[in-house]
Amino acid sequence: MSQSTQIKADWVPKGDLQEVKDPEWLFHEAPRETEFITGSEAAREAIRRANVDIAISYPITPQSETMQQAGYLYDEGYIKDYYRGEEEIGVMSAIGGASRAGVRALTATAGPGLMRGMEAISSWPGARTPLVLMNMCRVINTPLAIQPDNIEISFLLNTGILHAHAENQQDFFDYTLAAFMVSEEVDVTLPAVVSVDGFFVTHARGQVSMFSQDYKLPPRDGWRNAVPSMDNENPPARISRDSPIQKSNFISYHMHASWQQEVFAAVERSAKYWRKYLGDLIEVINPDAEIFVVSSGACVSQAREAVRQEGEAGRKVGLIKIKTIRPWPKVEILAALKNAKKILVPEFNQAGWLHKELCSTLYGLITAEIIAGPRVYGGMSMPTEIILEWLAKARK
Amino acid sequence: MSLETIRPSPGFEELLPIEYRDLIKHGQYGREVKVSEMGKFKELVEEHPMCAGCAMTLFIRLVMMALPNPEHTINVGTAGCGRLIIAQANIPFIYGNYGDSNSVASGLKRGLELRFPNQFKDVVVMAGDGGLIDIGFQGLMHSWFRREKFTTIMLDNEVYGNTGGQESGMTLKGKVLKMAPRGKEVDKIDALSLAKVAGCVYIVQIAPTNPSRVMRTIRRAVLIAREVGPTYIQAYTSCNIEYAIPTPDVMQDAFDVEKDRYGFEEFMTDDAKAYITEVEKKHKELAKAKAKK
Repeated sequence: MSQSTQIKADWVPKGDLQEVKDPEWLFHEAPRETEFITGSEAAREAIRRANVDIAISYPITPQSETMQQAGYLYDEGYIKDYYRGEEEIGVMSAIGGASRAGVRALTATAGPGLMRGMEAISSWPGARTPLVLMNMCRVINTPLAIQPDNIEISFLLNTGILHAHAENQQDFFDYTLAAFMVSEEVDVTLPAVVSVDGFFVTHARGQVSMFSQDYKLPPRDGWRNAVPSMDNENPPARISRDSPIQKSNFISYHMHASWQQEVFAAVERSAKYWRKYLGDLIEVINPDAEIFVVSSGACVSQAREAVRQEGEAGRKVGLIKIKTIRPWPKVEILAALKNAKKILVPEFNQAGWLHKELCSTLYGLITAEIIAGPRVYGGMSMPTEIILEWLAKARK
Repeated sequence: MSLETIRPSPGFEELLPIEYRDLIKHGQYGREVKVSEMGKFKELVEEHPMCAGCAMTLFIRLVMMALPNPEHTINVGTAGCGRLIIAQANIPFIYGNYGDSNSVASGLKRGLELRFPNQFKDVVVMAGDGGLIDIGFQGLMHSWFRREKFTTIMLDNEVYGNTGGQESGMTLKGKVLKMAPRGKEVDKIDALSLAKVAGCVYIVQIAPTNPSRVMRTIRRAVLIAREVGPTYIQAYTSCNIEYAIPTPDVMQDAFDVEKDRYGFEEFMTDDAKAYITEVEKKHKELAKAKAKK
């Protein structure tokens, strides 16, 4: 508790004045008002309404502003506990510990911070820790840079973590709130990452339509998990004595394999909850087109503009926006692209992780050419013209 | 009140494994056990795969016996020999990533405080010297700087035993071990002084030569951590394998090392002293009143 709040005996945490509402009502029916705010501010407004118990922060550009804002929210009483951790391994470990206590936990990071915390992060799903990590994508050093680039997403793809990729400020607000609800479902009980492209979204303003800050999500129920919280409220039991759990000094191969299978099955099970809040896991524009642009994150906005300009020129180009990277909406993508002839995959990274994901989904199932690009990285922006040029080439 | 979570409901008791029923009926829940009772009641940890003659095993067994509220305790650890036995105790155990124990414990303790504001939930980190002072150093120090209210116990065998005998920060200077082929070049890290500087309110150096003293120390550390601040116990728990101590000589080694360089040291701040004095005074009065009845 901060000094400013400690000295006021009659202080009432503002979170206590908020009214808990049904999340589906909040998403689909509650009146909304629109504000012109930055992505970081949209993050703050989502956190304000998310009924967070504990937030643990560590600064890194371009994320710092968000967790600073979380600090102010703590000071106002919207978050119950908050501290600045030692660095990302410490923060990601501590937030995992907090989730295991059965409380709603939040943190945020970016590029190099994500990589530093990766050992802890990649262990969250196996520990079945519902929590939300907001990830403001940034170049991974070196050479040192703080510019936007979402290569880090590729490192999260096979961890068993739920992962939504926000296109804009509005998505960042909506996806973050949805992520808390989805991650805490009993048949999910997994951590969720909400990624957004740094600077392009975090430091730029956009229209964000939000329900009233007088409302908040229901609290986390620490008794409702796929595995018990580490609260010693269950009959004591030895965790690793008997075969087949304990083989030699380590867990048996079969136990470990089935544990992993269950984690990845839970990722798939989460799809129905994401749909409950976000609608379909992909957005499709011009579904009957022959040439498609498939993208996620801020790149979708440039693709959207390219599709619009193509339309003005009398050419129909399709667009698929992928909202959740994990669960990967394989069936929806396949259905949307079954008649496609050419597919462009613009990305803000060098490796082309989205292109690879798409190829592995579509391989042998459709005949379209899946074009690897255009790609920009290292902090470059992607002018709509690049996508238009690539579309022109693809048509030849 | 707190024991209600472990007591079976009437009618269901006979359905539970005999081991669980024994634990409730003949275990240490709701009472304070003495060293002299060792082996005569259902202990929280009974089986383990530790090496024959391992001093760490004895020490951990004593720690479990000393826990003031085992029904509301969560152990946190990391890779190392200790977790092989800690994982087999009837206490929830978070076996985390490498060296993450004090960071995990920080989040866990705070989360438990939020969820159970009217019930003490004791968090006890028990990890090896390498896990805490080398790979876990940053988390260890910062949990102390932040005055996190949990106990840290270093199982100091002065070597990476579990990975096959490499030198650690707690190894003595000059010792020839794996990864120190010419002998360790720098001094054993003075973790006790670091604990003092970093803000621990109760700090102990101990060898497992006096079981009653070990238990009293653990109890003090856990109780003080609840109310006052971080507590640290550094225990000499030799590795008879890597240091080639013959099994029958393990306890003699503990006595020798204690006499030579690992003597019992207990430091506490004034706040911690005032608190524990009061707690122990009340405890004695209660025991006297019980004895009179």
